[in-house]
Amino acid sequence: MNNATEIRDATESSDPIIKFDKVVKRFGDHVVLDELDFEVQRGEKVTIIGPSGSGKSTVLRVLMTLEPINDGVVYVGGEPLWHQRRGDELIPAGEPHLREMRSHMGMVFQQFNLFPHMTVLRNLTEAPVQVLGINKAEAKKRGMELLEMVGLTDQADKYPHQLSGGQQQRVGIARALAMRPKVMLFDEPTSALDPELVGEVLNVIRSLADEHDLTMLLVTHEMHFARQVSDRICFFDQGRIKEQGKPEDIFTAPKEERTKAFLKAVLDPDD
Amino acid sequence: MEWTSYLAPLAQGAWVTAQLTVYSTILGGLFAFAFGLGKLSHNPLLKGFSVAYIEIFRGTSLLVQLFWIYFALPILGQAIGLDLRFPPVAAGVAALALNIGAYGAEVVRGAVQAVPREQYEAATALNFTGRKRLWRITLPQAIPEMMPTFGNLAVQNLKDTALVSLISLGDMAFRAEQIRNFTQDSVTVYTLVLFMYFGMALVVTACMKLLERYVGRWRAAGR
Ligand SMILES: Nc1ncnc2c1ncn2[C@@H]1O[C@H](COP(=O)(O)OP(=O)(O)OP(=O)(O)O)[C@@H](O)[C@H]1O
Ligand SMILES: [Mg+2]
Repeated sequence: MNNATEIRDATESSDPIIKFDKVVKRFGDHVVLDELDFEVQRGEKVTIIGPSGSGKSTVLRVLMTLEPINDGVVYVGGEPLWHQRRGDELIPAGEPHLREMRSHMGMVFQQFNLFPHMTVLRNLTEAPVQVLGINKAEAKKRGMELLEMVGLTDQADKYPHQLSGGQQQRVGIARALAMRPKVMLFDEPTSALDPELVGEVLNVIRSLADEHDLTMLLVTHEMHFARQVSDRICFFDQGRIKEQGKPEDIFTAPKEERTKAFLKAVLDPDD
Repeated sequence: MEWTSYLAPLAQGAWVTAQLTVYSTILGGLFAFAFGLGKLSHNPLLKGFSVAYIEIFRGTSLLVQLFWIYFALPILGQAIGLDLRFPPVAAGVAALALNIGAYGAEVVRGAVQAVPREQYEAATALNFTGRKRLWRITLPQAIPEMMPTFGNLAVQNLKDTALVSLISLGDMAFRAEQIRNFTQDSVTVYTLVLFMYFGMALVVTACMKLLERYVGRWRAAGR
């Protein structure tokens, strides 16, 4: 009876869209996520910061089902991600469950990872056509709308290698959006770009941040940008959230020594 | 005898050689994909069968494989009550294709594994099924990588067809041997045959290059 109410509660819309419940992820003996508890509300824009190796990418990769977990439970929209329910029990999820859960998420990669053998437009239409079964004409129309949104309508028939890094990443964002995800995951989307190309990508992400319903999880070293667009900043250290809060609090008055040291190192790297 | 009188029988032989090459290369290509992907399969039965096939046909000589299919298999078939007698063409094509397929399978496996892991992850993030990921994302990127080696294998295959003359198939090598027996004019006959094989190899290479350019045309766009 207790379980029944729990399940009903978990699907209510006021609950977090993402919830990590004591999640453990190990690579061999190396603990990367250490009983991580982490929640994201619907529509919330959260930025994850932290030193290299603290588990930032791993959090996103676990959510995108690219990396399985060792312990704990991840919930997306109240449903367990890496498990499925059998009666009151949680058993490891099979591929059909994972495919269903994946449809809620979209991911933007540091190295763009566009499909090199497809034109820009085809990069945007392939998954909607092949995975969602949308007809080609409709997928193209939607693809062109997305290209307009990222300012690349004139590049539709080019191949990825003919584009600049900034343009490729804008296609990467459009490609993820073409699947109409509820949650967008950005893993250092501008880290591989030349400095002069960072702005154009950040502008696209900024315009997405205005979308009320879209939940965003962003890993970045662009602190100024993070401060502008985030509802919350989470500072990760050694596989846990060391400190979190509103951007103005974290950036101006961090409480933890580790946070202070990290921010000092990234904000004035010359010292 | 005039050397020009050799040309008609040699041309007949060349036609047989060309057919053997084309059929066995195409069939060998199919084997290469089937068993190369089979070796990458998570199904232990499929994987085991593919590995066994690749190792056996790479580890034994083509000549023995050919004789085994043509001479030994019918007798074994008889023992279990099956008619496994093949006409020489079929036995020749089968032996060549199985042999080239085993080498090709390793090429397919290597090229598929060389597709960056990131491509696989991007496809997964877009929720492709395993099958569609293979056909739409992995293979289109892997196939252009295979082509240079496939080109070499096809030429190798052309040269290997000469072995089928040993099961009395009337290919170019067989015709040459006949003419030599009849005329004792080894120098002329074998020089002619040498050039004919070389010419055919050039044609095979050119065809494979065209195919290579076709399957990899996206790479050249705008360059
Ligand atoms: N496939 C893997 N095999 C072994 N160890 C891994 C693997 N992937 C990640 N790790 C390790 O897990 C730890 C956390 O990795 P993660 O990529 O999440 O860090 P991060 O916070 O994103 O760091 P960065 O800022 O450098 O991107 C690192 O120490 C990394 O070396
Ligand atoms: Mg990372």
